[in-house]
Amino acid sequence: MNLSPEPLVFELSRPGLVGCSLPVSDVPAAQLPKDLVRSSIDLPELDELTVVRHFTRLSQKNYSIDTHFYPLGSCTMKYNPKANEAAAAESGWKNIHPLAGHSEAQGAIELIYRLQENLAEIGGFSSVSLQPAAGAHGELAGVLMIRDCLKARGQGQRTKMLIPDSAHGTNPASCTMAGFTTQTIPSGKDGNIDLKALEAALDDSVAGIMITNPNTLGLFERNITKIAAMVHEAGGLVYGDGANMNALTGVFQPGKSGIDVMHFNLHKTFSTPHGGGGPGAGMVAAVKELAPFLPGPIARKRSGKYELAMPEKSIGRLKAFYGNFGVLVRAYCYVRMQGAEGLRRIAENSVLNANYLRARLEKTYKLKYTRPCMHEFVAMGDVAPGIRTLDIAKRLIDYGFHPPTIYFPLIVPEALMIEPTETESKKTLDDFVEAMLSIAAEAKTTPELLHNAPTTTPVGRLDEVAAARSPVLCFRG
Amino acid sequence: MPFIPNAESDRMAMLEAIGKKSIEALFADVPARKRFPKLKLPPALSEQEVLREIGAMAAKNRGADKVSWFLGAGIYNHFIPALVPALASRGEFLTAYTPYQPEVSQGTLQAIFEYQSMAARLFGVSVVNASHYDGATALAEAALMAWKLDEGRNKILLPEDLHPEYKAVLKTYFSSFKVEIVEYSGAPENAALDSGCACLIAGYPCFSGELYGLKAAAQRAHEAGALFIVHADPLMCAILESPGAQGADIVVAEGQSLGNAMNFGGPGLGMMGATEKLMRRMPGRIVGEAKDHDGRRGFVLTLTAREQHIRREKAVSNICSNQGLVMLQSCIYMAALGAGGMKQVASLCYDKAHYAASLINSLKGFKVKNRSFFKEFLVSTPIPAQVIVDRLAKRKIMPGLALSRYDSKKEKELLICVTEMNSKTEIDRLVAALKEAVL
Repeated sequence: MNLSPEPLVFELSRPGLVGCSLPVSDVPAAQLPKDLVRSSIDLPELDELTVVRHFTRLSQKNYSIDTHFYPLGSCTMKYNPKANEAAAAESGWKNIHPLAGHSEAQGAIELIYRLQENLAEIGGFSSVSLQPAAGAHGELAGVLMIRDCLKARGQGQRTKMLIPDSAHGTNPASCTMAGFTTQTIPSGKDGNIDLKALEAALDDSVAGIMITNPNTLGLFERNITKIAAMVHEAGGLVYGDGANMNALTGVFQPGKSGIDVMHFNLHKTFSTPHGGGGPGAGMVAAVKELAPFLPGPIARKRSGKYELAMPEKSIGRLKAFYGNFGVLVRAYCYVRMQGAEGLRRIAENSVLNANYLRARLEKTYKLKYTRPCMHEFVAMGDVAPGIRTLDIAKRLIDYGFHPPTIYFPLIVPEALMIEPTETESKKTLDDFVEAMLSIAAEAKTTPELLHNAPTTTPVGRLDEVAAARSPVLCFRG
Repeated sequence: MPFIPNAESDRMAMLEAIGKKSIEALFADVPARKRFPKLKLPPALSEQEVLREIGAMAAKNRGADKVSWFLGAGIYNHFIPALVPALASRGEFLTAYTPYQPEVSQGTLQAIFEYQSMAARLFGVSVVNASHYDGATALAEAALMAWKLDEGRNKILLPEDLHPEYKAVLKTYFSSFKVEIVEYSGAPENAALDSGCACLIAGYPCFSGELYGLKAAAQRAHEAGALFIVHADPLMCAILESPGAQGADIVVAEGQSLGNAMNFGGPGLGMMGATEKLMRRMPGRIVGEAKDHDGRRGFVLTLTAREQHIRREKAVSNICSNQGLVMLQSCIYMAALGAGGMKQVASLCYDKAHYAASLINSLKGFKVKNRSFFKEFLVSTPIPAQVIVDRLAKRKIMPGLALSRYDSKKEKELLICVTEMNSKTEIDRLVAALKEAVL
């Protein structure tokens, strides 16, 4: 890591410099509207090499998959193949405009069509829309589809969505954006949905349930088909949150097992890069009854030509144009390199890796749920008096590992949520285990090493409370 | 498969440590009838084969790399300096996660802070967040934010002259709430504001390219107790007065034009900025400055109490993943061009568009409808605009957007966009081709 402080672009500014040569005008200057002319704009002024060094140095202050093991639970930080990037860099993609006519954009629409078909098959669904730009966007699409489907059934009074207590925060937030109220369903002793609590919640105001499977404890919802049947029986619909689909590709088709509508995070399971926060892609898939409600437009094939059209009873548009197309190209590249067998191997190896870490760590880091996990598991970081999960996480950084997801799910105290993915080797996992075991030993003998960690990074622990109390959100030079 | 690093012997050793005989045994929780379905997918391709297949598909498109391009309407053909993708595609940026662990994410965090700072100055606002999915969702979320401030106010004033897809997105986002979306025509200060309005939305410029000053509208909105939301062209703000300086409370924009390829319309960059007063009501991630125990400056995600992972159903928005890498490209773009370069690109667009408009306006049967515009203008055409588009396609010119795509009543209207990418020669060729197309 680059430990030297790097000034802000504003602090590097020298008056009059420009970091890119631009053409001189070949047309006459036109008069600007007098009452709107801007007198000055206070942006930095830099030469090109300064810009290149600045952002290169900044990049060296990051951990990334390309440089470090990144076992973030529920984030599926797998290797992002370089072929995906090469595929997306084609000038035929970069230069195509969304409002070019269908005849000008046949290649782009064909790619959307093919990816729709592949993802529908992987999930066992009837139709797919690639419009949502992220997982939460796909969730919003899904719950709006449930709303409209219920209305079409004459069941518009159903406004209560059931959400297990292990769900991601986006689930309840998406429900609020779709006008639903939410009711939390507790997990039982085995970490799965408590069927008695579910039964009690199923009245005629229930619109449906949102299920993440495997859930955020990394456990497969063993009663999935029974739960779906109970909700359907009560007149509700079942939403599947596909954030954890990496455990299930080629293993289980949700669309053929009672899930009515579901999103996949292409930036998790389908290996597109996270980019420091995005862009992702949150395709949404539906069984036959809900397919007409998908957000659009979606691609279809008519007499050998590809075209984009709105589904018949679509919930409408969720963003301008057709989804995060550049991300879709990467996901398509990945799916085509896998085929059916490759997809199954992804799930198998991600589950094998997670169980291996679980088996090696469980004597030292307590587990609340001890049965075999799927692609991730949740341990607890309170390995010694006065030691918190945060301390374990920060000390891991000094050992050269990105910390796991911490303090989530909320139902496990001092949670350490570990997802190795299938692209890590046994050697890397063994090194990680050694680090975790050393840290647990240090926690008892030299706890200050944990409390003071990290010490190998450009900055130490930052005072987030002070930062939020009197926020500085812009350079004030 | 090159992405699975373990050999069979590794797998056996791992199974032994787990205490299972086979990998299949790890999936015992999955209902047996449903386990390991046979997926009907085409056989796997090698890297060489997949790149050839994708390259062949990409080559079927006819875009701005093959045709003289005058089509904008929300996504714009601008020059992208080579350093922008070269730096943004570094693996340390590309393959990093959301910077929840600040000590190992200072690169991403500082870049976001720099983006926030530059965009805030461009828009004339106090705070900018770390991005939305695109301009349309940024606008929809801004309107939701305005409405949630006071749900007693349930009217939203929207320009009739707004991108039709933005209107559609706004409608979807409000479809679960009892909110009246009222369209107004003409200048924003003439909109029918009253005490039931949550916000007044204005385009700067509008979809047709028409450009109105914002001061009078800001004042009228504030007198009525409504927020004033402006959807702006970010590049234009380099030469024309910022929306913030004219009184906007929230500024949103599509930032694709700042260093990002057109990519069939995505990923885009939803930009959102606001006044300091609205800071804690904004959706999305925000980065702030912080200090470590030794007093060193660092950056962290801040004001997280607004967000879904803390507030769940009470969150301001459900947004989680954003458009981080697109934001980074725009950050690098703004830093590289800086004050002088941004002004120069904006001026080139302005001058070239006005050069093209004056020539087209002099053509028989064509009339430029705008009173004032930046880089895009609306032309009434003597024959259906789509016919012109089809005719010019044969001459490798994309002359603009026939508005009949969105509204069959607007058959003879062509929206033309000119940027720094269009040379004078190309513009002259467009004008000649338009003239011949209607003979």
